[in-house]
Amino acid sequence: MADAHPPSGTGPLAKREARLAWGLLMPTITAVAIVVVLPLLAIFWISVKPVSLADLRAPEAVVREDIRGNLEVAGDEAQIRYRLRNSSQDRAILAVSFSDVIPEGVVVQSVDERCTIDERRLQCDLGDWDAGYRETLSIPVIVEQTYLDNGLRPQDSAALVEGQSSSVLTNGDFTLDNFARIFSGEEFVEVLLVTLFYTVFGTIGALLVGLFAALLLNKSFKGQGILRGLYLFPYVAPVIAVAFAWLILFDPFSGSVNALLVQMGLTQEAINFFGERPLALIMVTIFEIWRYFPLSFLFILARMQSIDADMYEAADMDGASPFQQFWYLSVPQLLGILSVLFLLRFIWTFNKFDDIFLLTGGNAGTRTLTVNVYEQAFAISNIGAGAAVAVVIFGCLLTFSIFFLKYISREEGL
Amino acid sequence: MSMLRRGFVTGPVIGALWMLVLSVTVAVAMSFATGEAFRPSVSLSLLWGGIAGAATVAVRQSRVAQIGVVLVVVALTLLDIGPLQLGEATSMFARITGATLLAGGFAISLVPILDEITPGALGRHEFEAAVIRFLTGFGYIYFTAIVMIPFYVMVMTSLKSQSELIQNPLDFSIDLSRGTDLFRSYQELFADFNFGTYLLNSFFISVLTVFITLAFAIPGAYAVARLRFRGQAAFSRSILLIYMVPMIVLALPIYIAFSLTGLRNSFVGIVMIYPVTTIPVALYMLQGYFRGLPSEVEEAGLMDGLSRLAVIWKITLPLSLPALASVSLYVFMIAWNEFLLAFMLLDDPSRFTLTRGIAALNSSEIPRQHLMAGSVIATVPIMALFLCLEKFMTKGLTAGSVKG
Repeated sequence: MADAHPPSGTGPLAKREARLAWGLLMPTITAVAIVVVLPLLAIFWISVKPVSLADLRAPEAVVREDIRGNLEVAGDEAQIRYRLRNSSQDRAILAVSFSDVIPEGVVVQSVDERCTIDERRLQCDLGDWDAGYRETLSIPVIVEQTYLDNGLRPQDSAALVEGQSSSVLTNGDFTLDNFARIFSGEEFVEVLLVTLFYTVFGTIGALLVGLFAALLLNKSFKGQGILRGLYLFPYVAPVIAVAFAWLILFDPFSGSVNALLVQMGLTQEAINFFGERPLALIMVTIFEIWRYFPLSFLFILARMQSIDADMYEAADMDGASPFQQFWYLSVPQLLGILSVLFLLRFIWTFNKFDDIFLLTGGNAGTRTLTVNVYEQAFAISNIGAGAAVAVVIFGCLLTFSIFFLKYISREEGL
Repeated sequence: MSMLRRGFVTGPVIGALWMLVLSVTVAVAMSFATGEAFRPSVSLSLLWGGIAGAATVAVRQSRVAQIGVVLVVVALTLLDIGPLQLGEATSMFARITGATLLAGGFAISLVPILDEITPGALGRHEFEAAVIRFLTGFGYIYFTAIVMIPFYVMVMTSLKSQSELIQNPLDFSIDLSRGTDLFRSYQELFADFNFGTYLLNSFFISVLTVFITLAFAIPGAYAVARLRFRGQAAFSRSILLIYMVPMIVLALPIYIAFSLTGLRNSFVGIVMIYPVTTIPVALYMLQGYFRGLPSEVEEAGLMDGLSRLAVIWKITLPLSLPALASVSLYVFMIAWNEFLLAFMLLDDPSRFTLTRGIAALNSSEIPRQHLMAGSVIATVPIMALFLCLEKFMTKGLTAGSVKG
């Protein structure tokens, strides 16, 4: 018994448990890897590629066939035409070949030298096609009675085309033009400043408004549940619906808000809320606050309701006034949740795309980094530059995440 | 500060500000309801509100003060020197309604706000309590207004016709004599714009997303919450990091990949992508809940010879039905409201989801009541779900730490 000691290392039971755990996690890990990690790597790859929107459509060897000639009785002559075309105007297709089946009852007289015919099977090797290549291949034929009877026409059997084209996405061309393009000019500085304004004020605004709303509802009265539900509406409704409602409400020509302001004598002429600098930026920030205050409100309210009521009674006995109670008791208790909310909301506001895209499309000085990705990739059709902006965003996020991880461990509750 | 803390200063100041708040509220509300000209007068509101505040503090007989205030404010408004100014053409009915609303609301609310405010010097408590009551009243009005107005405008615009909207953008009153014709925009959306199909598409995609998400997240969450393995802590923390990645950054390569493989414009593509955006948050919410369940119940099951998977199926899942409901609702909401991916990946009108369909309505040729009717169609189902299952939803929102 002298050398009895507890087992060390992982036993078979623990190993089995770990295996089961990884097994259970595997589907999630795979899915996330395919849809999150792979695209992230792809972004880095694309950002150093000279790729535009048009490059996504691979050049295609197009073959259209028809039959021409007056076909009424057996023995009539006709021509089967193959019209060949490279769909791309700037890229070649290599080693094109196609095969087709000639319908029954059609006797082929002669074929092009690049083609061979075996029974009714036509095979053509057409070599390399330059960009914008076009050709018409004609095959003289004589039809028999069977052809006229069975009604099967040459175009009914589609020609099978093969060919290779190199894609910009996979070849070895690399460039730093994308980064040079997005960093050059004052535009980039403006985009950064707009992003910063939107993120900072959107986050702080939503927190403060949410705090105010939470203070209002932090008492039980009849209808508290209804009001709480009501105040969550902006967050729960589809963003596209509320964004368009705002656009119509603030429309410069027939919007209710402008009509109201004119009627109350606050302004003489209509204000173009979402079309003027710097008002548009302020408006999208207000929209962000409006849409996301419910979230902060919900979290802060949940935290408030878990604060011990005894503390306030004790403070009351000691003669602390309501404001003092708020400042010296509630605020310190709420600091944890407020700082976590700030970090989370900061990152999510930074990432926000839909809202600004729907409200202004990034015009009138509201182009943030995320909107810039779309703008570069789809409006200017330069996918590479869009990816380069995405890489910049990713870099910023990495920095935020380090902060985030440092603080999130403090507030494990969230 | 101490100057402010005297009954004859506090009372009039709060009264004046409160009158201003209420007259703006009544003016906006009456304008939106009737489309007629109401306008709050800042100076007159402050003046009469101040006098009323002083009177309330002086009289200290709430009933008498209230009735007096009501009568005076109504009379002043009708004489056109009140806090609420009315346009020439305003109908008598609207005048009286507006004046009574303002006077009644003011009189009823001012007395409780100024409760405990006595003419002389005030203690800190009484003063701050009065200020807080004022701010509370203001807060309720303010929040209700900012939340309600966009939705009110959305619904009312969808029931109007183009010419009515241009004529008076403020007039949201509804002509009930039009009967079912009121819903013409909706009929046209369903008849000519395929909104029935979009509704079904959105519904099926969202439901599928919920099921796929749960199928992935339940085992994952259980593993993270209950099983011991190396890297467990790091894993549970890094789940949320996935949310730090903005959708637009992922959408770009996904768009490219889908374009090259022909998955664009297909439900398969959408249903492949949507769940992955929701799995991490679902996993995070569920693992929090699973941790809270007593592990003894599960251990008892294990002792009785159930396998782990059987324990999950027969013990853990039945116990976590409320959490599953919250997660499902939340995932359903994300999928239903999703706009960016649908916008980028769907071009074929027969495969649109609701949000994509609404985006297609945003053109100058389509009247805007159609756009708003589309928005209402997208908003109503999710709101109805939310109101019916508010408890689950709120819990889901809080527990999930929630993606924005």
